[in-house]
Amino acid sequence: MSEIFEPLVPKLGVITEIRAETPDIKTFRVVTPDGEKPFEHKPGQCAMLSIPGVGEAMFSITSSPTVKEYMEFSIKKCGCVTEWLHQAEPGQMVTIRGPYGKPFPVDTEFVGKNLLFIAGGVGLAPLHSVINYCRANRDKYGRIDVVVGSRTKSDTLDYDEMVNEWAKEDNFGLHLTTDRSTPDWDGHVGFLPAFLTEIGFDTDRIAILCGPPIAIKLSLAALYELGFDKTQVYTTLEMRMKCGIGKCGRCNVGTKYVCKDGPVFRFDELDELPDEY
Amino acid sequence: MRKSLLTSVDSIFSKISESMALFLPVDDPTGRANYTRWEEGKKWSEALNTVKSPKDFFFPQVEDLMKFKVSGKNIELKNTAKIDEDFVVFGVRPCDVRSFDVLDNVFLSEPRDGYYAARRKHGIIVSVACSKPSETCFCHTFGIDPAGEYGDVTVWKGENELFWKANTEKGEKVMELISEFTESCDDNAADDIKAKIEKIAEKLPLRNLSAENFGGDKTDEYFDRPEWKSLSESCLGCGTCTFVCPTCQCYDIKDFNTGKDVIRFRCWDSCMYSEFTQMSAGQPRLTQLERFRQRFMHKLVYYPANYDGMFSCVGCGRCLKSCPIHMNIVKVMKTLGGKADE
Repeated sequence: MSEIFEPLVPKLGVITEIRAETPDIKTFRVVTPDGEKPFEHKPGQCAMLSIPGVGEAMFSITSSPTVKEYMEFSIKKCGCVTEWLHQAEPGQMVTIRGPYGKPFPVDTEFVGKNLLFIAGGVGLAPLHSVINYCRANRDKYGRIDVVVGSRTKSDTLDYDEMVNEWAKEDNFGLHLTTDRSTPDWDGHVGFLPAFLTEIGFDTDRIAILCGPPIAIKLSLAALYELGFDKTQVYTTLEMRMKCGIGKCGRCNVGTKYVCKDGPVFRFDELDELPDEY
Repeated sequence: MRKSLLTSVDSIFSKISESMALFLPVDDPTGRANYTRWEEGKKWSEALNTVKSPKDFFFPQVEDLMKFKVSGKNIELKNTAKIDEDFVVFGVRPCDVRSFDVLDNVFLSEPRDGYYAARRKHGIIVSVACSKPSETCFCHTFGIDPAGEYGDVTVWKGENELFWKANTEKGEKVMELISEFTESCDDNAADDIKAKIEKIAEKLPLRNLSAENFGGDKTDEYFDRPEWKSLSESCLGCGTCTFVCPTCQCYDIKDFNTGKDVIRFRCWDSCMYSEFTQMSAGQPRLTQLERFRQRFMHKLVYYPANYDGMFSCVGCGRCLKSCPIHMNIVKVMKTLGGKADE
């Protein structure tokens, strides 16, 4: 392969494992044909996955950078490429390129701080990598709280891992809520933003917010009500992308390109961009 | 500086063609000029603008990026692009040469686009000064001189002669190649031609169009302006402006299944199209107003913010001639804050 035509030329990958997480989210484990991790990444970065003939799309890397053997992606079925992936079987090859984007500032601004992760639905996917990175480097951070809102228990991504591993650790708070009450659920019922207000977090922490636009908007309002400042809250943006390297123009918002200047933004940075995302 | 007889121009083209591909503007049967590969019998068109801009040579309208062989669960990857031969593009106008600088900022910044970089490396640009700038020209607004020195070689056309000046090492190689047809002349030999061009240029209707009210720090000033509504109201969203524009750089990457292989190709795309930003999760630019605004905000504000104040417009005037509803960047600039004596 000629060197000069990078970076649009991908590597080959193999899906070695597929786990059904919820009725519409599956987690795909990807390695190179030699069984290696495709490339190194930082928490919050993304990768372009494709099946030639179907399409190429950008996904958050769900596994932590501390996992050295493989890369994982939790993907919700919602479009052409994702629907195809959902019917794929282990052994399926894909193409992969990346990593793309600016990661969460886990080695700078987050160090020494209490962290509050707030995820709506599949919004947990991009945060999963950050949370597990922080767990693996536990002494660099203060208290970690994770608040997750899903439609129902069966729609809750990473339920077993959260309950059986995360929630059992010291200085770690797990707070789950579901929009609807179901027979298999005896936890909190109610929407994510109201749940945040109900718990009433102190502002002595950094909040990281991810989910569908409406969940982000209302949860942000709830955080402001609790006294949080824009400079304390981070989120990720989602735009259509083709190149991943800030050239094809699709993810341009104001002077920024979400694929290379984002997807991670602090809310005071978003204030400087036109409201078009 | 060197000069050649105008009558020897075909011999010069022939000589260049012996060692590398030569492209130059040629009129089609309907009288419209487009870059065409030179061969015996092709006549150099003196049209001011080609319909399609020469950005095509470095960022082609469609190009194959790679090829996959898919069988069952297996994928094989083949690199199909071969960009390793020098070529000459003759007759590029100063505005279009500047458009390469605009594209370079995007495609050659890290991580640089290998396909574009390879074509830039192998392309040799012979710029030809604009003997007759027209009323749709406004390169002056962006500091471009229609009689100035651009490209690897600059050519000025006199009544019976061409005057040649090499500006780069690549350009000197071309001059060497055609030395039998040229002879040394005074460095001021083209001054009369330059003066003539300037005389025409200073009387052009858009001569005083100013971009000084635009720039990288103007997002807040222009984004919510009510005039976007009236400006965009009639826009058909056809994307013609983006396709004739020498600086528009948006692209799509798509797969084509030939039945035997899957070819992944890149093609020009347009921010004027609703599908451009359509996601399964939503559409950030709902109406044509937002898409129209994106195009002009990018050229006049966002791009300059990222590249030291350089605008992503070179004043070639192609969009003025081709928009079916006669909307264009000049009207946008005048309406929102530019000035023009008309």
